[in-house]
Amino acid sequence: MLTFARRTFIVVWKDLLVERRSKETLNALFFFALLLLFVFQFAVGPDRERLAGTLPGLLWLAFILSGLLGLGRTFVVERENDCWEALLLAPGDKSAIYIGKLAGNLLLMLVVEAILVVLFGFFFNLDLGAVLPALAVVIGLGTVAFAAVGTLFAAMTAQVRARELLFPVLLLPVQAPVLLATVKATEAVLLGEPLGSVAHWLKLLAAADVVYVAVGVLTFDFVLEG
Amino acid sequence: MAADPLIRVTGLRKTFGNHRVLDGLDLDVRVGEAVAVLGANGAGKTTLLKVLATLVRPTRGTAIVAGHDCARDPERVRREIGLVAHGSYVYEDLTASENLTFWVTLAGVRPSAAALAGALATVELDRVADERVRTFSAGMKRRLSLARFVLVRPRVLLLDEPFAGLDQRAKKWLEEHLASFKAGGGSIVMATHSFGRELAVADRIAILVGGAIALDTPRGALSADDVQRLYALHAEDTC
Amino acid sequence: MIRPIGGVTLAALAAGLVMALGVAPREVTQGNVQRIMYLHVPSVWVAYLAFAVVLVGSIAYLGRRSEAADRVAHASAEVGVLFTGLTIATGSIWGKPTWGTWWTWDARLTSVSILFVMYLGYLLLRGMIEDRERGARYAAVVGIVAAFNIPLVHFSVYWWRTLHQPPSLMKPGPGTMPEVIVAALLVNFAAFSLLYVYFVARRVRLLRREAEAVG
Repeated sequence: MLTFARRTFIVVWKDLLVERRSKETLNALFFFALLLLFVFQFAVGPDRERLAGTLPGLLWLAFILSGLLGLGRTFVVERENDCWEALLLAPGDKSAIYIGKLAGNLLLMLVVEAILVVLFGFFFNLDLGAVLPALAVVIGLGTVAFAAVGTLFAAMTAQVRARELLFPVLLLPVQAPVLLATVKATEAVLLGEPLGSVAHWLKLLAAADVVYVAVGVLTFDFVLEG
Repeated sequence: MAADPLIRVTGLRKTFGNHRVLDGLDLDVRVGEAVAVLGANGAGKTTLLKVLATLVRPTRGTAIVAGHDCARDPERVRREIGLVAHGSYVYEDLTASENLTFWVTLAGVRPSAAALAGALATVELDRVADERVRTFSAGMKRRLSLARFVLVRPRVLLLDEPFAGLDQRAKKWLEEHLASFKAGGGSIVMATHSFGRELAVADRIAILVGGAIALDTPRGALSADDVQRLYALHAEDTC
Repeated sequence: MIRPIGGVTLAALAAGLVMALGVAPREVTQGNVQRIMYLHVPSVWVAYLAFAVVLVGSIAYLGRRSEAADRVAHASAEVGVLFTGLTIATGSIWGKPTWGTWWTWDARLTSVSILFVMYLGYLLLRGMIEDRERGARYAAVVGIVAAFNIPLVHFSVYWWRTLHQPPSLMKPGPGTMPEVIVAALLVNFAAFSLLYVYFVARRVRLLRREAEAVG
């Protein structure tokens, strides 16, 4: 058990180290997030009423689009450095690699999402102070679901020809229920309603988290085999 | 007991799509023995290594390493083997020390700083321990990928063209390193298409032609020229 | 073996048609258009059956590396997508005269559309990977994820449609339906299931022949 934790941690450590040295992903994602804001504002127009109505959807759209970019790159590091086989050959439970990658991706996505929430608040003049804890819960639950399936599918598509196309095509339909839940829950939270009023959505998200991570842990071996 | 071979390959066949790469290959490797598998490019040597490394599943036949079936029990086999092939297996943006820490920890070993330093010293990379691998030569990268096996001790080393792309000094170092690995009781399977240093390390030569072993002979007193002649002979036979 | 199945299927389909068009009562408000339900509902039931088989086949493939299981999963996914498409089409056709619109985001159409796209992705994945073994393995993983996603899709879409009230029951059925209607639905379900078996059997045979030709 301890070895599993250590191995998981070393995967996270390695990914963070590589990311810090190459500085590729986080910078690009931050810039992308900023651009999305402009695009959304231009697409929806200056009408504040209209904006308020679509805000939860826009926020999660931004999360998903940046998530797709970030997750899609997860295993590129392994391919570029030709380490894929070595990962597979390293003795021990391969799901430690999955959890490690998942943790790293989760961290990355949460950072980008935090930045987006701040930017959204700034650009669209929202007062998020009171609702921040509740919003954090919804975002946390939703992001785990996204990252869990995303990490699994990213490993799969890393080895396939049209990976940039196949990855979103596989991931998005699966994420539909999560998207429905998170947008509805975010809507309620932004209106100041208590978390209890969206308990059913939160339970769905929690169930999704458990199911996706479990399936990921159980099937990652088969995907890593290449 | 030297009775049962450490590696036993029986009737191995591998087909990729329409192309039959290995066809009825048999090979045994004993404990503490080094076998050089000679074959032209595309003859299937890399495929053989990959089957032994559990990276490729046989279409038919079996490959048993240390009593475990490569296809049925890959995780058990992975604990016994170390593969050094085309992939450099190192992360360019990390230092030698960081790379080693990562790979050794991932293998389930918990190395002390002293152990890590010792391993790097064994592969003569201790002076560049804190430099990024991006700056390393091919030989240095290969030494680094061998460093992990100093701490994670496999019983078998599988090497694909181990001496390719190395300068003289690195080749000499590798020859000595492999010899001491053998002396420590390890077995080696080397795939190569050249008649160089691999022969010096090898105890046996297996010539791979047409997807199977055409000749399996102790290296004994054979010189590189002898081997070359034998190879040409067998390669022609099947044409 | 396959031809007798085909024969029985044809007979069952004929029976189903008779039940749907003749025996079942004419619906009061919607008229004869409502009869398309006997196509629409059994279609979606068979689609679920197909996807359940995909799940079983996928697990069997990963567990036992049985190529036969993989072929069944593959064929079942194809036929499942077919029936899902049929469900969507019949739903749409039913909707036009009834609600005046080709499309509506009602719970069933939405859920089924999500399923449609999920399994279409499964087929796309299979089509894009040349290595047969890898394609089977990856498809099996996607098949498992998709199957476990189905209940999540159901709940989320249903709650999405019923706005603010989360339901205390799982899904309200149509309550008590007249026996004739139930009978007609079941006959058509049986007929469609046979059709499913027939299609899958033929497809599996084709896949096996392809594999043998290469192997």
